[in-house]
Amino acid sequence: MLAYDFMRMAFAASACVALLAGPVGWFLALRGQSFAGHALSHIAFAGAAGAALLGVSPLAGLLGAAVLAGGAMGLTGRETGERDVAIGLVLSLAMGFGVLFLHLMTRSTSTAMALLFGNVLGVSAGMLASLAGAAVGGLAALGALSRPLLFASLQPELAEARGVRLRLVSTLFLMLVGAATAECAQITGVLLVFTLMVGPGAAAQRLGLAPLAGMVCAAVLALGEAWGGLALSWWTDWPVSFWIAVLSVVVFFLAGLRRL
Amino acid sequence: MECEAAVSCHDVTLAIGGRTVLSDVCLSVEAGSFVGLFGPNGAGKTTFLRALLGLVPVLSGEMTLFGASVTRGNRGVGYMPQSRTPNGGMLTGRDLLASGLSGEKWGLPRVSREGSAEVEAALEAVDAASLGGRRLGSLSGGERQRLLIAQTLLGSPRLLLLDEPLASLDPVRMREVALLLREVARKRGMTVICSAHDISPLMGVMDTVLCLVRGRARIGPVDEVVTGPVLSELYGAQVEVCHAPSGRVLVSADGL
Repeated sequence: MLAYDFMRMAFAASACVALLAGPVGWFLALRGQSFAGHALSHIAFAGAAGAALLGVSPLAGLLGAAVLAGGAMGLTGRETGERDVAIGLVLSLAMGFGVLFLHLMTRSTSTAMALLFGNVLGVSAGMLASLAGAAVGGLAALGALSRPLLFASLQPELAEARGVRLRLVSTLFLMLVGAATAECAQITGVLLVFTLMVGPGAAAQRLGLAPLAGMVCAAVLALGEAWGGLALSWWTDWPVSFWIAVLSVVVFFLAGLRRL
Repeated sequence: MECEAAVSCHDVTLAIGGRTVLSDVCLSVEAGSFVGLFGPNGAGKTTFLRALLGLVPVLSGEMTLFGASVTRGNRGVGYMPQSRTPNGGMLTGRDLLASGLSGEKWGLPRVSREGSAEVEAALEAVDAASLGGRRLGSLSGGERQRLLIAQTLLGSPRLLLLDEPLASLDPVRMREVALLLREVARKRGMTVICSAHDISPLMGVMDTVLCLVRGRARIGPVDEVVTGPVLSELYGAQVEVCHAPSGRVLVSADGL
């Protein structure tokens, strides 16, 4: 299967995505913010559809909308009770706009399918380069952020007393989640971002590893699931996103068994 | 013996969200003393502790710790906040403590050899070495409290600020944690300010009482403040102080 150029591209692209999505997902699971991550992918969908409508690259729209929405989410209040409702409303509104933008476009169906369910087999060299760039940038940012972020996640009030700027740290993190979401959407589509981002991170959490080991484990699991999904899709001719979703859930349950 | 005050306030006024919580408070806490901090709900116990940490601005007056003005991120102060997050239930006690080791710096959460030695020492100081390997989600309230006390010892602070360390513990655990605090504080020569709702569990542990009521502060030795008339006046309700034959002192409010 590696004889084909599009398969090699797909493996390389999903590696870029998985290596960032895994550790970011580890923190999402740690902080109980996976719903926020899910919402960002829907906002990213509206951004991508809007960009396509305007004739701009959908990837730019995806990335721009997700990062901006992540920043906005971090800057606004942190009342968790109201937050679920607010996030849910914004999520639905974004999906609504996405549908409208697609409706206004003539060539909507294939674009919509690619955005919603991913199109890893159609990755171009240019896209691969931008995915790799975003992965390297995202990992560097996470590397710098992870220490205060871990402290702020586990002991927020103490971290504040020690000089951690909580609002800044959580905003930067959500912007990073936005970037990882946009990347992920390339592979799994916006509807299944959860599978590659939160699945491996949550499974790594269940293994009860120390933080640094947990993040590495999440990256490895995400990579394994993405590549496994590609290979299974090659052999069965079923969609990649389907297989990644299945692997993600299976790994999550297996990780839970180990605990017993 | 140190003669400078661990905490000193001159005409300190604190406000939160535009509401004045404490006004013109003057007090001084002797270094090495164990202060019980009491007051009705909303009296400003947490605000006072957060002001000492530099998290609540001092509107007027002067607040100093060991002669230096209050700054955020002061490593000489150990802090145990009141609220606990449920995050990280699958991580261990050691992970929790290690996350606070220079957790304010950017970078990867790597733990140096000295760092893990410090975590071990803090765990041993409160007899919690066995809790270090347990998952946070599996700890009981008392065990978690013990772990958080170990956390305050990191960096060998001279002053401990504890916000309700006895909250939601059963009476036996309350007393256990209180005695543990006294022992650790004595061994390390630390000054402690410990807020609590219930006065009784801290009897015999604290030597000074600080009461915050209606924006005012009253500080004094235990036997001067923990008396029926003084407490009744402070809380504005009938409070009884009973001396049990065993030597224990029980504090009870009217209607209980």
